[in-house]
Amino acid sequence: MPRKRVRLEHAVEYLSILDEKGRVDEKLEPQIDKETLLDIHRTMLLSRRLDERMLTLQRQGRIGTFAPAKGQEASQVAAMAALTGNDWFVPAFRETAAMLWRGTPPENLLLYNAGYSEGGAIEEGTHDLPISIPVASQIPHAVGIGYASGLRERDEVTITFFGDGATSEGDFHEALNVASVLKTPVIFLCQNNHWAISMPRGRQSESRTLAQKGLAYAIPSLQVDGNDVLAVYSAVQEAAQRARDGEGPTLIECVTYRLTVHTTADDPSKYRDEEEVEKWQEREPITRLQTYLKKKRWLSDKQIDKLEKEIEEQVDEAWKTAHERIESLNDSQVIFDHGYAEMPDYLESQRQSFADRLKEGE
Amino acid sequence: MAELNMADALNLALNQEMENDESVVVLGEDVGVDGGVFRVTDGLLERYGERRVIDSPVAETALAGVSVGLAINGLKPVCEMQFSGFSYQGFHQMEAHAARMRWRTRGGHTVPMVLRMPYGAGVHALEHHSESKEVFYAHTPGLKMVIPSTPRNARALLVSAIRDPDPVVFFEPKAVYRAFREEVPDEEETLPLGESRIAREGDDLTMISYGAMLHRTLEAADTLAEEDGVEAEVIDLLSLSPLDHARFAESARRTGRVVIVHEAHRSFGPAGEIMARLIEDAFYYLEAPVRRVTGFDTIVPLFAREQAYLPDQERILAAARGVLND
Ligand SMILES: Cc1ncc(C[n+]2csc(CCOP(=O)(O)OP(=O)(O)O)c2C)c(N)n1
Ligand SMILES: [Mg+2]
Repeated sequence: MPRKRVRLEHAVEYLSILDEKGRVDEKLEPQIDKETLLDIHRTMLLSRRLDERMLTLQRQGRIGTFAPAKGQEASQVAAMAALTGNDWFVPAFRETAAMLWRGTPPENLLLYNAGYSEGGAIEEGTHDLPISIPVASQIPHAVGIGYASGLRERDEVTITFFGDGATSEGDFHEALNVASVLKTPVIFLCQNNHWAISMPRGRQSESRTLAQKGLAYAIPSLQVDGNDVLAVYSAVQEAAQRARDGEGPTLIECVTYRLTVHTTADDPSKYRDEEEVEKWQEREPITRLQTYLKKKRWLSDKQIDKLEKEIEEQVDEAWKTAHERIESLNDSQVIFDHGYAEMPDYLESQRQSFADRLKEGE
Repeated sequence: MAELNMADALNLALNQEMENDESVVVLGEDVGVDGGVFRVTDGLLERYGERRVIDSPVAETALAGVSVGLAINGLKPVCEMQFSGFSYQGFHQMEAHAARMRWRTRGGHTVPMVLRMPYGAGVHALEHHSESKEVFYAHTPGLKMVIPSTPRNARALLVSAIRDPDPVVFFEPKAVYRAFREEVPDEEETLPLGESRIAREGDDLTMISYGAMLHRTLEAADTLAEEDGVEAEVIDLLSLSPLDHARFAESARRTGRVVIVHEAHRSFGPAGEIMARLIEDAFYYLEAPVRRVTGFDTIVPLFAREQAYLPDQERILAAARGVLND
């Protein structure tokens, strides 16, 4: 009867291993082999340069609106690198770097952003979902996929990406609760990039951390420095192990920053100061990783220059391929394809009249 | 009198209603500091303050549901869904509560809210940003469904929607936001909800449309006059619910020939309902089967092919000539 305290043992850990100055906490340093780290670095750099090229192409009117990943490459690539190709990847709409790690050809990203659904094609058997634009709507899918992995006795972990804004949506909360109740092998990776279009993190939620939202559902949850490849890798590796051991979901809040526009249709000068961006530019993930790799003597400035050239050529080549494909894609009838396994006859007749062009569709 | 585009005309309506009536509040994602992603709410935060212009977290269920509560407790919320494609969490609240509150409480509680949102294709937007699913709302008893077509009628209709005692879903044709300017009077102007207008007079053929497609329909009507010597009457519906069937039925009885144009999908689209009303009210006067030119029953394609999806001059003219020659 008396008023008493319900004790909850809750705290949110913040994990940082490689700091802005390139200093490492050796006790926490994960053992990642040289080849993997260099691959991570290469993918992050490719993502950055592809983003830059896409920005130019968009300004030239050659491709449409897209959401750059600039600044968030560590959160994406290190997370994917800690998983296997057999694990499931459920992205939101800003995961260019993660998609590249998964093997999405850059020309497909260009093609998609140029407005051709062919660029979104996913090979059968691939454990990747397409980008998901409605905020937070993909999060429940990850829970379903994870539960199915369990039911089908597959050794698969599912990771889903979403932003700080997404944690305000019902889909996020419902999915977390269900995942916890069903103990599904899912990693919820929140990229807190501090902005949801014009809404700063501080106004999105009064919660001190976004990670603590997981604690409400009894999901182990932590914050990591999202611009720190080593911290993100360690956190995801640990979460994946828990998932594989049948211990259920984890929520990881990667604290990072959106270094550029929300999308190419957005003008951040309306709502944020350049000073804030500059401050975060210093914590930028790629230079930080390069410092680390250089200290280990796994990467030199000369090698970086060489890599930059290779990537430039790769991006040129990707645009060339995408462009050639665009030129060859001149039959708009494909808009009728893939609606159903079998095209119903009313739709077939719409397609037919579209093909005839002169007859009015019946 | 100023020459305004539709985005600015809507902004004028919001400004004047907020100025005149303290109970009007605006809420939505990025509607404050950013002024809305299409700048329809630009400057409202500076003028009316953050208590009346609410920049919301990303939460559409809450936005629509909170608006229901605001309206029940004496305010007049104008709630923005950033795009119609993201209104579906909000749809739940609109269907389950906004639409029913008056009925459930036998008039005790009412929901005088406006749910505004951009809809439609044609601006090279991303997936989920180009749909035209007005029927979801028009199909729901208890909601009114308005779709303006020009800056001036958009302004007048939004004012009427804000003052309406019932929930109004207000679809803004995003392809028209900045397409052209029109004289919009500074003085207050309203238009009755549920009333269509004749956008072009004629006696040979009735063409029915609304929103962005109205302009393609008008263009086709001009071509018919030039090339075929046919004078088409073009009716701009302005509201889908209530649907002003008297006007188009009268026109159909006069011309005997009807074409309906919309970008919404074909099956179960607005044209289906309009055809049904024509059968009820003008059947014996029709001289040819009514034709419809619509978006296809496909997902709205990504932008490189969105024009292939949309009714174009070729399709509209073919339908019109078909009806004329039947
Ligand atoms: C359900 C839904 N509502 C609104 C939008 C429009 N919108 C696109 S991104 C965005 C902000 C998302 O912020 P966050 O989750 O932090 O992701 P970020 O863009 O920062 O990666 C909004 C409101 C949308 N895409 N989906
Ligand atoms: Mg964000």
